[in-house]
Amino acid sequence: MEETLTLVIATLAATLRVATPLVLCAMGGLFSEKSGIIDVGLEGKMLMAAFFAAATASLTGSAWAGVGAAILAAEVLALLHGFACITHRGNQVVSGIAINILAMGLTVVLGAAWFGRGGQTPPLAGTERLNPIFFPVAGDNILVYVALLSVPFAWWVIDRTRFGLRLRAVGEVPLAVDAAGISVSWLRYRAVLLCGLFAGLAGAYLSIAQNAGFSRDMTAGQGFIALAAIIFGRWRPVPAFGACLAFGLLDATAIRLQGVKLPGIGEVPVQLIQALPYLLTLFLLAGFIGRTVAPKAAGVPYEKEH
Amino acid sequence: MKRWVGSLISVLAAVGLGTLAQAQTVAIKPAVVFSTGGKFDKSFNEGVSQGAERFKKETNIAVAEFEPSNETQFEQALRRFAQRGQDPIIAVGFAQAVALAKVAREFPNIHFTVIDSVVDLPNVQSVVFKEQEGSFLVGVLAAMASKTGKIGFVGGMDIPLVRRFQCGFEQGIKYASPSAELITNMTGTTPAAWNDPGRGAELAKGQFDRGVDVVYAAAGSTGLGILQATKDRGKLGIGVDSNQNHLHPGNMLTSMLKRVDLAAYNSFKAARSNEWKGGVQVLGLKEGGVDWALDKDNEKLITPQMKAAVEAAKAAIISGQIVVHDYMSNNSCKS
Repeated sequence: MEETLTLVIATLAATLRVATPLVLCAMGGLFSEKSGIIDVGLEGKMLMAAFFAAATASLTGSAWAGVGAAILAAEVLALLHGFACITHRGNQVVSGIAINILAMGLTVVLGAAWFGRGGQTPPLAGTERLNPIFFPVAGDNILVYVALLSVPFAWWVIDRTRFGLRLRAVGEVPLAVDAAGISVSWLRYRAVLLCGLFAGLAGAYLSIAQNAGFSRDMTAGQGFIALAAIIFGRWRPVPAFGACLAFGLLDATAIRLQGVKLPGIGEVPVQLIQALPYLLTLFLLAGFIGRTVAPKAAGVPYEKEH
Repeated sequence: MKRWVGSLISVLAAVGLGTLAQAQTVAIKPAVVFSTGGKFDKSFNEGVSQGAERFKKETNIAVAEFEPSNETQFEQALRRFAQRGQDPIIAVGFAQAVALAKVAREFPNIHFTVIDSVVDLPNVQSVVFKEQEGSFLVGVLAAMASKTGKIGFVGGMDIPLVRRFQCGFEQGIKYASPSAELITNMTGTTPAAWNDPGRGAELAKGQFDRGVDVVYAAAGSTGLGILQATKDRGKLGIGVDSNQNHLHPGNMLTSMLKRVDLAAYNSFKAARSNEWKGGVQVLGLKEGGVDWALDKDNEKLITPQMKAAVEAAKAAIISGQIVVHDYMSNNSCKS
């Protein structure tokens, strides 16, 4: 009995650990998407942030400098996205994919040039990492708590502030916001910058909290899973958080189910277990979500009438 | 008549040159194409790299290198090296076998060495290891070091080669402690599984949560995450391929050495002294191809009893008293 209990707690702790970057990324993506800017580049921002976090932490010996560098790196990419999509009204999906490709290549090239380890950063230890606060076994570093707090924060900003109201309006009917004398571009830029902030934190979590160093393509598609979580959550912070946790739980259980004989079923093949998150995606999208309700102006560049 | 004399002379000349060259070294342009784990995986690829470095230092001959970023680049890289006249060319890892077979057919005069796979061509030298024997030894150590009687194995990509590590490890554990339990995880089913330290760390933590206190990481770069998690939780880890004891002294029980460095070094060396031969080399404990690592980083963790037991097992395997079953002989861990 006691063993089962510890197993349940351990699985829940693993769920939180795995879900943290997804939650941070999803909250960031929400701000951007609510304002009408689709962000396929979450993955790239997170990857770039992860690299700069590890590189800076390794060079300065301070994890906090790493967090700062991660945010800065993600913000640069966010501004690039904003410049392409808001100022120049480019295609948002194309810009996002370009950012992903840029990050994939640039991190490895810079890493190889600076550290000579084939794109990896040196392994980090001690103060170069964000270490657990209360429960060393569970791995509860500060960014896990930041991720948990980011959900009520996103809800409060989007649902309860004047900025949030305008943000929602600009994602639905930008013309009305413009007619009210509020700058569409400036609102959207602020949303994109908020997105960069959270994506930066997610990247820092990957390389200096969850792991001890950057390795090539370490985001492994998590930015896209966060994007899926936003869609599941119908562009609402709390349901999106739930979707992230569901993905995390599935991943954590999958890890623990490997090689375990289940009563009545026997040993489940590894391949099936690893396909579970994707099966869930299909199942939920087809069965539960139904028609999704994206912000009306998402993906549509706003052209001011003259 | 004239033509016949001409060819006789050229044959004689070739024989003469051949014997002459055997006595001295020949100029070579060696090259290595690494596997997707990358040159600095602190493990398999890095071992090859160390062998190449040693050759470079001793002979002052430059070794061309290529680190592919995905599997589709193997063939291009091998072909480009062959076109540039690099010879011999080492292809690191089983995943290159298909590409190598194709390129080796196109360039029958270039010598290739493939590590961890067998390609049956006259100009290819295949080097494979009896990983099951080295894994058996570290299994003995793991069983003796474990306090909970639960031992973990985290493999990289789920392929027979990795199962061979796992199977040898399991046999070693059962040999030392029949009641011990082994929990096995594989990181994934694609080559990306060699390069996913985050997932490796989660798998290891999942095993620790189930009571495991010694974990064997046979997963390339993914292993770095596994061993980091091992250190974070204060458990014992076992490294693979290269000696990884230095990664986390005090938390590294030992490493299963696979002397890919020797394989690379010997291949270059043989080519230089014109003694390079094709065919298959199988390197086990007897040939010094695999072993366990004991150095200053882990000597405190290895008790005299453990050392005696593992050395006894080693001697028994070499003499043939213990036969370690090879997973790849029947695709099953049961003989």
